[in-house]
Amino acid sequence: MSFLSVRNLSARVKGGGPLLRDVSLDVAVGEVRGLVGESGAGKSMIGKAVLGILPKAVEITSGQIMLDGVDLLALPPAQRRIKVGATCALIPQDPLTALNPSRRIGVQITDRLVDILGWTRQRAEERALALLGEVQITEPTRVLRQYPHELSGGMRQRILIASAFAAEPKLIVADEPTTALDVTVQKQILKLIAALQVRHGTALLFVTHDLGVVSKVCQKLSVLYAGKVVEDSAVADFFRAPKHPYSAALLAATPKYTDPLAGLQPVPEAVIAAVRAEVAHG
Amino acid sequence: MALLQTLILRVITTAVTLLGVAVIVFFVIRVVPGNPIAMMLPPGATAEDIANLTAIYGLDKSIPQQFFIWGTGVLGGDFGTSITLKQPVLELVLGRLPATLELSVLALVMAIVIGGAAALTGTRLRETRVEGGIDVAQGMALSVPDFLWGLVLILVFGVLVPVFQISGRVTPSLQLPFVSDFYLVESLLRLRFDLSLDLLSHMLLPALALAIPLAAIIGQLLKQSLKETMHLDYVTLARTQGYSEAKVIWSQALPNAILPTLTLVGVQFTFLIGGTVIIERLFSYEGLGNMAIDAVINRDLPLIQGIVILFAVIFTGVNLLVDLTYAALNPRLRHG
Amino acid sequence: MAEGRFQVRRRAGVRLWLSAAWLIVLVIVALFAPYLAPKDPLEQDLFAGRLPPFWMQGADAAFLLGTDSLGRDVLSRIIFGTRIALTVAVISASLTCLVGAALGLLAGFYRGWVDVVVSRFIDIWMAFPPVLFSILLIAVIGPGLFSIILAIVVIDWTRFARVIRAEAMTQSAMDYVASARVAGRGRFGILLREILPNVLPIIVVLLTLEMGIAVIVEAILSFVNLSISTDDPTWGGMISEGRTSIHQAWWVLVFPLITLFLTVLSFSQLGEGLKNRFDPVLR
Repeated sequence: MSFLSVRNLSARVKGGGPLLRDVSLDVAVGEVRGLVGESGAGKSMIGKAVLGILPKAVEITSGQIMLDGVDLLALPPAQRRIKVGATCALIPQDPLTALNPSRRIGVQITDRLVDILGWTRQRAEERALALLGEVQITEPTRVLRQYPHELSGGMRQRILIASAFAAEPKLIVADEPTTALDVTVQKQILKLIAALQVRHGTALLFVTHDLGVVSKVCQKLSVLYAGKVVEDSAVADFFRAPKHPYSAALLAATPKYTDPLAGLQPVPEAVIAAVRAEVAHG
Repeated sequence: MALLQTLILRVITTAVTLLGVAVIVFFVIRVVPGNPIAMMLPPGATAEDIANLTAIYGLDKSIPQQFFIWGTGVLGGDFGTSITLKQPVLELVLGRLPATLELSVLALVMAIVIGGAAALTGTRLRETRVEGGIDVAQGMALSVPDFLWGLVLILVFGVLVPVFQISGRVTPSLQLPFVSDFYLVESLLRLRFDLSLDLLSHMLLPALALAIPLAAIIGQLLKQSLKETMHLDYVTLARTQGYSEAKVIWSQALPNAILPTLTLVGVQFTFLIGGTVIIERLFSYEGLGNMAIDAVINRDLPLIQGIVILFAVIFTGVNLLVDLTYAALNPRLRHG
Repeated sequence: MAEGRFQVRRRAGVRLWLSAAWLIVLVIVALFAPYLAPKDPLEQDLFAGRLPPFWMQGADAAFLLGTDSLGRDVLSRIIFGTRIALTVAVISASLTCLVGAALGLLAGFYRGWVDVVVSRFIDIWMAFPPVLFSILLIAVIGPGLFSIILAIVVIDWTRFARVIRAEAMTQSAMDYVASARVAGRGRFGILLREILPNVLPIIVVLLTLEMGIAVIVEAILSFVNLSISTDDPTWGGMISEGRTSIHQAWWVLVFPLITLFLTVLSFSQLGEGLKNRFDPVLR
């Protein structure tokens, strides 16, 4: 049974063009779904729509977002907030701006457990300590008392991952969680997310533009072009035989999965024109 | 270490600034035409009387000599004697300072409360008519200085709807049990709330006149920093965690948005204190500024010097304090 | 959202034009004051003291906005007061601008000892309460139109110098300055031809704002009886008299106050409007 089910979701800039066109996708309990596409394809918008953090200028025009069998868009804002806060979490893109510079690390992890979920302060602190150990941070007691600017980007991303798993959410949206990091750190962080996902059995919606990442952590995959889902496959099938020409071209443009000596294949103009036409008519 | 260095440097520049102020005032007011001594004697005084009295106040010596005598006195805490009031300048000035401080601080508190509320409301209801309305009101408040707001307030709340007092610091007929000159503070400490109310009813309009432009500045700047902060990822993250919009603004965005506002409030607070001079005159409030204008009109040289120096000390002191607070509050600077 | 932004800009435009219109009216009134004023602003009529404005009981239709305690016509005094207000505004703001902008440019562009001296003076000036400083200066040099203008220049040059210095520093660091230098242009040539045109929009904005400030300073000095003479019709002087007789004759305070308020507001809104207009250029 899918925990998250987005049905025919369309969104647009207020008074402007469409951002999402009739998007449908499912994430089953404990499943990892990759969401790939070029920048501007709207992949981040889907995660934001689920979590209720769309920019003010974007409005949802139609569709449903079913979370655990409840349509989020039909809930009053306060209830929706609590529902999402209790069952979902976000691993943000840029660890440098995702921690509040004026507060210590500890309270940034524990506050929501106490404020929103009603834990005792002591239980929340024990939990934070245990999680920092789980994301392989040495000296967790000291780190909890530090400020974000005292930590490296990789450390901060580990903390954000720990924080995301803190309340045992059913679904985590990871919004390009490694893009802002050094290449050397990227791999470790990716492994960490994959390991925690398996251990906690959390469903994951993994937004990325990197097919390499998808091949490592995801089981299912949605390819997005200009706000429309052009392919929805199991990852293994996708890499063996992409169904859609745009997907095939995207795959060909990714270096590691073709012969490195053959050089990069840019997505052919003709394919792009074809997808454009298809999206426009759909 | 770096903090200490900055501190020492700041103290030195502050001292240079104060010396500059002292020199300029001292020389400027000695160019005043009209002998202040002649003004204080009865019309029939002889030239000899004038000469004697001039010698008593040391005004017969050359200006650099006078400055040296005055300067050494000041360093020892002696600011000379007022020519018109015949009391030590320091005593007079310190007697009036509390009135001005109470007025300024009340105005500052009002400005922060009004400006802060406007910024928070504007951020919570951004891109609505309410925000537009607040922006227009702030633009107005900022365009017109305290002097004019004071006159408008006198008209509206003193004459049209006479609910507040428009002159003086306290109703003269009241028996005051105070031992200090901090009337408002002392009335609160003594739990004499009847007196506090009377004091506040006198202070409210002048304080509001001083507060209106500053409130607008605080409101504009704070809202701008808040709106910038609202786009940052940690604010978005807090939203996904189930916090309400108001709570996100209050506990995530506000602490980080305050810091840039703080430095500006410091400088603006010195402008506000400068504004008390004319506002006290306008509301006949017995503070330092009102005394300063009287001193200028009466050519009371030692008193003018004392008051101007005191204002300069307050101005530079406030700026120094703001810089230190800024350094102390910013975790990035604190942990270098 | 695009619509909203357009709305805001249009509203700002309306304010800009209203401000400009009010100031143009003032200029016309000042130029033709003798033809527009119904009475001689100095003429006293002790039998017609404190007459209310025309719509009230006991008014004399000859004195539209009433009379002050000496029986002088409030309307005529406001009209003639326009002349002093605008004279002070234009002359003192221009001179202040000239002095302040020149010092700011030199300090910001040449740096070195010039900058040290100018910056130190700015610091000292910032430690003076400006109102007290101006009152002190007028007491020293004696009242009069020339004194007021001088006092404003002496006190307010730092307003220009501070901003222009910072801007000149920013502009000096720009690439176009470096390329002008490579092209062989002299230092002073760069200052005049490269830096100045880029700082000009800010100077114009500050100049407009300063005119409003000058009007206020003149009113404040009149208020403490240190401006021109007590007989000459100044808005500040009228306000000062109005403040003392506020309970007997509010109109002596209200009408000059409204005029002053609108004038200061207009200068300020005009300045802010120009700032927004120039903004793309500045960025």
